[in-house]
Amino acid sequence: MDRSRFRPASPLAQRGMSRRCFVQGLSAGVLVAPGVRALGWAAADAPPAPGDRGVLTGTDLNLEIGALAVNFTGRQRSATAVNGQVPGPLLRWREGDTITLRVVNRLPTPTSIHWHGVIVPADMDGVPGLSFHGIAPGEAFVYRFQVNQSGTYWYHSHSRFQEQTGLYGPIVIEPRAGERQHADREHVVLLSDWTDVDPERIYRTLKLQSGYFNFGRRTISDFVGDVRRQGWPPTVAERHMWGRMRMDPTDLADVSGYTYTYLMNGVPPAGNWTGLFRPGETLRLRFINGSSMSYFDVRIPGLKLLVVAADGQNVEPVSVDELRIGAGEVYDVIVAPNDDRAYTIFAQSLDRSGYARGTLAPQSGMHALVPPMDRRPLLTMTDMGMTQGSGHDMSGMAAMDHGSMQSAARLDDPGVGLRDNGRRVLTYADLHTSGGPIDPRPPGRDLQLHLTGHMERFMWSFDDRKYSAAEPLKFNYGERLRIVLVNDSMMNHPIHLHGMWGEVEGSDGRFLLRKHTINVQPGQRLSYLVTADALGHWAYHCHLLYHMEAGMFREVHVERSSAKGT
Amino acid sequence: MALAVAASARAEDPPESSAHHLPPAPPQHMMEDMPYAEMAAVMQMDDTRRFGMMLVDRFEWRDSNAGAAGVWDVRAWYGDDYNRLQLKSEGQRAGGTTRDAWTELLWDRVVARWWSAQLGVRQDFGEGPARTWLALGVEGLAPYWLDAEATLYVGDQGRTAARLRAEYDLLLTQRLIVQPHAELNLYGQADPRRQIGAGLSDLDLSLRLRYELRRELAPYVGVVWSRLFSGTADQVRAAGGSSSDVQLVAGLRIWF
Repeated sequence: MDRSRFRPASPLAQRGMSRRCFVQGLSAGVLVAPGVRALGWAAADAPPAPGDRGVLTGTDLNLEIGALAVNFTGRQRSATAVNGQVPGPLLRWREGDTITLRVVNRLPTPTSIHWHGVIVPADMDGVPGLSFHGIAPGEAFVYRFQVNQSGTYWYHSHSRFQEQTGLYGPIVIEPRAGERQHADREHVVLLSDWTDVDPERIYRTLKLQSGYFNFGRRTISDFVGDVRRQGWPPTVAERHMWGRMRMDPTDLADVSGYTYTYLMNGVPPAGNWTGLFRPGETLRLRFINGSSMSYFDVRIPGLKLLVVAADGQNVEPVSVDELRIGAGEVYDVIVAPNDDRAYTIFAQSLDRSGYARGTLAPQSGMHALVPPMDRRPLLTMTDMGMTQGSGHDMSGMAAMDHGSMQSAARLDDPGVGLRDNGRRVLTYADLHTSGGPIDPRPPGRDLQLHLTGHMERFMWSFDDRKYSAAEPLKFNYGERLRIVLVNDSMMNHPIHLHGMWGEVEGSDGRFLLRKHTINVQPGQRLSYLVTADALGHWAYHCHLLYHMEAGMFREVHVERSSAKGT
Repeated sequence: MALAVAASARAEDPPESSAHHLPPAPPQHMMEDMPYAEMAAVMQMDDTRRFGMMLVDRFEWRDSNAGAAGVWDVRAWYGDDYNRLQLKSEGQRAGGTTRDAWTELLWDRVVARWWSAQLGVRQDFGEGPARTWLALGVEGLAPYWLDAEATLYVGDQGRTAARLRAEYDLLLTQRLIVQPHAELNLYGQADPRRQIGAGLSDLDLSLRLRYELRRELAPYVGVVWSRLFSGTADQVRAAGGSSSDVQLVAGLRIWF
């Protein structure tokens, strides 16, 4: 396969908007309504001021949702914006405050905002149908809740595909006692995926030809190359294995750089979002994956990343070169750029079909070398949940629920495309949330769910039942249970439970990591504990937007066990 | 209540939440249970939604002994993930008339992970009297990514027939795709007015090379080897035709 077409142009050589290469976007930045700042939230070298258009502080906030003319790629399009900007304004809250947010809908369609990872009462969670009825066109809804946590979070629409068209933004909740891990300066780095195509059309396209956006399929020259490299028998055996199962090892991302331009803080790669620093300072980078369908592999050549928080919760600091961040996940990272030069923040998509890119620099207008994207990876037997010579029956898509499950947790597996790449890559096994579990009780029961899908018809589900065909999951108020997710599919899925934390168990069975969005790799079996301390109806779903639409969604009802007669 | 909470939070005591996790207050308004259709409307999310697709798999010009001919092969469906209405049609036109054509209207229902069962009607038209059949078949994706289809037909006056089709996509590059294709027709009894003999009737083996300008639009060239058998061959030869033919083809593959 001609992989060179996926190599990016150097920043100095502007390439034309070739359909063959993912669109790098405009260098001039985003064309938005006049007077609205486009690039990031903070002023150049000062902490954000309360009057700053892009940052909202205090306890009484007003948000207005409306259409916005944007131009990320050279083509003008209409985005869904909060307060006239994409991404939306940075909301800075203080732990312990009661926040009132008045959200006005100026769209012709209903809208909503969900505060991702923020623990709020069920009627403030922003999911139409489960929390409230949504915000009708022309109407306003007042959210009011006390903030009982700190860290980096984000918000986004939970209505239709508005998350894809720009309705997302960052939240920073300051701890009262100050950050445990100090940094001289901070920047939010919100990664997202933008398409000029109407997301309704993207979804329809996926239903009609699910592999439409995959331009990395194996060709006859790959076959010939494999035969030359390793001979006929292993090549034929490998093709035989995938072919019998009718699975494609190049199936990494449903929607790719073929249509996406990847944004960093709302700026396409050619726009070069820049976060400033003074050499010798420590910087806290709040990485948020606010995309609809994308995983980013993030690194900053020349800088080590000290991961200090995951999904807003402090972790024991761990130093890595690179991390993978799935849709919905959040990582706080401290970096110490000592040299008086620019550093590239490089976030390549998992399928290597494109990247988001920005710069850390002492002054604006600087840039550093943008590394070439890595080779496009292939799924392997590991991703099928099999180990070498395991003798598993490979003839079907049955749950990989055989024998020893110890290895199938694979919490130390960085994931397809990041294994043995010469860099230290973050894994869940490296992350230890500070302070231990929020609830010391062992689980009272297990709930096992398989992550399932049918790629050809683009159907996604839990336990082979789409949302429409499934009953709500019932949790007894106050119980502690173990959720076991077994990924029978070949894709990564970031699974997000609203309203409650998930406490991932390590391979030794002890508490490891608290997260609100938990990525389950292909073939992986992962378990986590949940305390059902939040009454109400909650959403539980894959955070890949079109998977959720296609059925990978469940309701979780947390109820007092005596209340229902069932 | 909210003011009191806020006031105490502004005092310099660290918030309770910094010491331990605080669960959220119960909702003031509990959402009522709704039937799925209503829930889907409120959520604006519906995995039972129906879609439709039209695939013009072949829209081609054939160079044949009897002059140029135009061939179509169209598939259309409408429905959800489990049940669809399917339309299939194939035919040939030459010299301004439709030679041999059929159209099927089927109910397509998923019965296994990779297969669906189909039930419906087929109408043959073109030269000779029209024939109507009841159609019953399976269609799906066989191992090794082979698209396969097998249908049985029952007509009036004890007529029976069967058709088998298979095709495969082989990628030369991401956009240049070679597609071998095979189609075989069998008939239970002869139908002389449509120049059909009993038993194996016709076999088409073809190879098409398409270039996907876009996924939805792909011009192609190819070659088709057609072979007629026994009774069908005899009748066609008696009418001055030949029982086997190799044709060059060029056309467009379009879907929307």
